[in-house]
Amino acid sequence: MISMKEVSKTYLMGDTEVKALDKVNFSVEKGEFVAIVGPSGSGKSTLMNMLGCLDVPDSGEYFLDGIDINNSSDRELARIRNHKIGFVFQNFNLLSKLNALENVEVPLMYKGMSAKQSRKLAYEYLEKVGLKDREKHTPKELSGGQQQRVAIARALACNPQIILADEPTGALDQKTGQEIIAMLKELNQNGQTIILITHDTHIAQQVNRQVNIIDGQISDEPRWNH
Amino acid sequence: MKFLRTITLAFKNIRTNKLRSSLTMLGLIIGISSVIILVGIGTGTSRDITSKVSSLGTNILTVSVNTDKALKLDDMNKIAQLPGVELAAPFINVNATVSKGTTTAGMVSVVGIDENYLGIRNYTLSTGRSISFIDVDNKSKVCVIGTEVSQSLFNNTNPVGQILKIAGDNYTVIGLLQAQGSSMGTNADSTVLLPITTAKYISGSSDIKTLFIKANNESSVNFAKLATENYLRTTLDASSDNMRVTTQQSMLDTMQSIQNTLILLLAGIASISLIVGGIGVMNVMLVSVTERTKEIGVRKSLGAKRSDILVQFLIEALVLCLFGGTLGILAGIGLGTAANAFGYTFAYSLNVVALAFGFAVLVGLVFGIFPAYRASCLNPIDALRQD
Repeated sequence: MISMKEVSKTYLMGDTEVKALDKVNFSVEKGEFVAIVGPSGSGKSTLMNMLGCLDVPDSGEYFLDGIDINNSSDRELARIRNHKIGFVFQNFNLLSKLNALENVEVPLMYKGMSAKQSRKLAYEYLEKVGLKDREKHTPKELSGGQQQRVAIARALACNPQIILADEPTGALDQKTGQEIIAMLKELNQNGQTIILITHDTHIAQQVNRQVNIIDGQISDEPRWNH
Repeated sequence: MKFLRTITLAFKNIRTNKLRSSLTMLGLIIGISSVIILVGIGTGTSRDITSKVSSLGTNILTVSVNTDKALKLDDMNKIAQLPGVELAAPFINVNATVSKGTTTAGMVSVVGIDENYLGIRNYTLSTGRSISFIDVDNKSKVCVIGTEVSQSLFNNTNPVGQILKIAGDNYTVIGLLQAQGSSMGTNADSTVLLPITTAKYISGSSDIKTLFIKANNESSVNFAKLATENYLRTTLDASSDNMRVTTQQSMLDTMQSIQNTLILLLAGIASISLIVGGIGVMNVMLVSVTERTKEIGVRKSLGAKRSDILVQFLIEALVLCLFGGTLGILAGIGLGTAANAFGYTFAYSLNVVALAFGFAVLVGLVFGIFPAYRASCLNPIDALRQD
């Protein structure tokens, strides 16, 4: 489903060039739950942006679901993000002026779905993450765990090929974080491909494949090594 | 569908920043309403003056000469005989004080005329009689007075038959003019009209430098003009330098072109405030884009295209401007109508309202597009990273 070959990305930070990704080879199959683990500054955020089609590589190839990302226009990338990728962020990134239901509706609106249909679907997904009685609440009126569950519902709304979760437990306490991980696991068991980015090896160990990234280079470790 | 929801969202955003939005709109409200008020008062006044001028009659000619040889009273009859001319009346301004007992009427113009003058100027009497041919012939010491003169000297009592003093001599009031209002620099209400022969006696000069001519009808105005000019050339050796024959129509045209320039100037000044209002909108939209960088990043990560973001911010600017524009139009019409009560003539046309509204939309588009474009160009990664 995901195939990266010799992908490199260099950033200019002030006067010095920083090699965020250095000839990374990486692939993910359908139905996998992959954890990308690395300390801060290791290039895992860059890899996440690259996987999420928010950024394009300087060199190398990236194919997502058979689509050549390198040669896609801005407009096509927006469409891919909408149709194929669901983001879950560390700090939830819900739109503060919209209530839970409206937040889940946003990607459906960009997909071009009618208001009636998207409202119905958004409600279903909120129900799925256990927030059916919180639909009118704005993010401020929800706890961290609840906000992250709204974010998961939003990520799922367009029925994406991949869920990209960037430190989804980073802003949550241990117990709530574990609940979120459990929810992601459950989604994976139902066939959802998930890529989780974290610096917490304890969380990484709970998934079926762990990939370490250090200084922009990847070392794939199959699960059976642990 | 998406469009409708974007509008709803725009209203939501405007509502969440009530103070900021209303201050921004205030700029537009002032701009739009001042355009409507200034142009409205301009057109109203212009219409007023035009109707006053045309009420004087479009078949009237005004002649003024400044030659060495002057016109005499005999010339009037000869001019009246000219082709196209129906009547001719002389007009002499005399410097004299008008008083009754110890009261002096201030700012009064004393004018010497003949029996044709009132008819040509379209003046009517409210009581008494006009100056007649016999009065002129006899150099009678009689006068017809305007309402303001009557008021200041006779205190609303009937002035006809009463005596007043002009330049120290006693004159009998024989008629009272109907109130006319002032127009074209002459105020009939504050004039005292004498037989021209009597006026000559006061001023000591028999030169006639101004006269009014009534043409047979509107179409013979130009004919009468040429004939009069010709007459003045031959009898007075007048040239175009020292004589002027003006038709009401040409005066009307000149005045209208001056007024149009004036209205355009007013509209221009008001438009500047509209542009300032537009800059306010742009400023607020730019702040809004900066504040909502994160939101833009999130939306892009969820699949918003550049055009989606562009449209979202543009609609927000437009809604702001349309809202401000509508309020501005209402305020403009309201204040303009109120100005009517203070003696201004305010006239608004649908054209001006539509133009002002269109201008508001234009301001929204022009000043909204830059911030919206900036928002749409934000890199989603940078936008997401910002807190």
